[in-house]
Amino acid sequence: MITVEFLGPIQKPVLSMEASTLREVAEVLKQDPSLAEWIENCAVAVNDTLVGSLDTLLKEGDKVSLLPPVCGG
Amino acid sequence: MLELHNGALNVPEILARWYALEASSNYGAYIPFVGTVRAEDAIEGLSFDVYEPILTSWFDAWVAKVAPLGAVLKMAHSRGDVYLHESSYIAAVFSPKRRVALETIDAFVEDFKASAPIWKYDLKNGQRLYALDRSTAIVGAGLLGGNV
Repeated sequence: MITVEFLGPIQKPVLSMEASTLREVAEVLKQDPSLAEWIENCAVAVNDTLVGSLDTLLKEGDKVSLLPPVCGG
Repeated sequence: MLELHNGALNVPEILARWYALEASSNYGAYIPFVGTVRAEDAIEGLSFDVYEPILTSWFDAWVAKVAPLGAVLKMAHSRGDVYLHESSYIAAVFSPKRRVALETIDAFVEDFKASAPIWKYDLKNGQRLYALDRSTAIVGAGLLGGNV
């Protein structure tokens, strides 16, 4: 089981799911119409490190985070 | 040094404290950048969410990047609500030579705006509205949609 957290303005509770790659997470999240906009503009971190491939492997207990567009300052 | 504060930053206290910390460190330049909430579009203020784990690793990477130049970075940012004419962000660089400090503060603040995991909201009519139109997608965004 891995968890998916939605940071900042996304306003969704943490999800838990079975997934062994980020691609599998993407397939699940694409089923949720309320996430359509965020899937297109969010960066993704696994265990608080930004990642750049859907082939990123996931293991039990991993945390996937979605980071929407930022504007600090 | 990375500081997160609830609400507005106490600018005089932070700048003076940072100055005192490095006053005897033999730096020739101290360049602070102070970000202040301006009155525009009828906002009452701004509000911020901060994701500390990735903010910390982003900041630590910058500290390591400028260390070979002899530069030291400090940064403070607000969490929660900050009202008009208050400060939500201070960045500062100390370095032996002014050119390194000037170039570092420019590059650091620009990368902060593009990369630091902080989300801004307008406080307007009692609502907290995500400022999407002023926000920047982090490099690599769209991965889940296959857009990278």
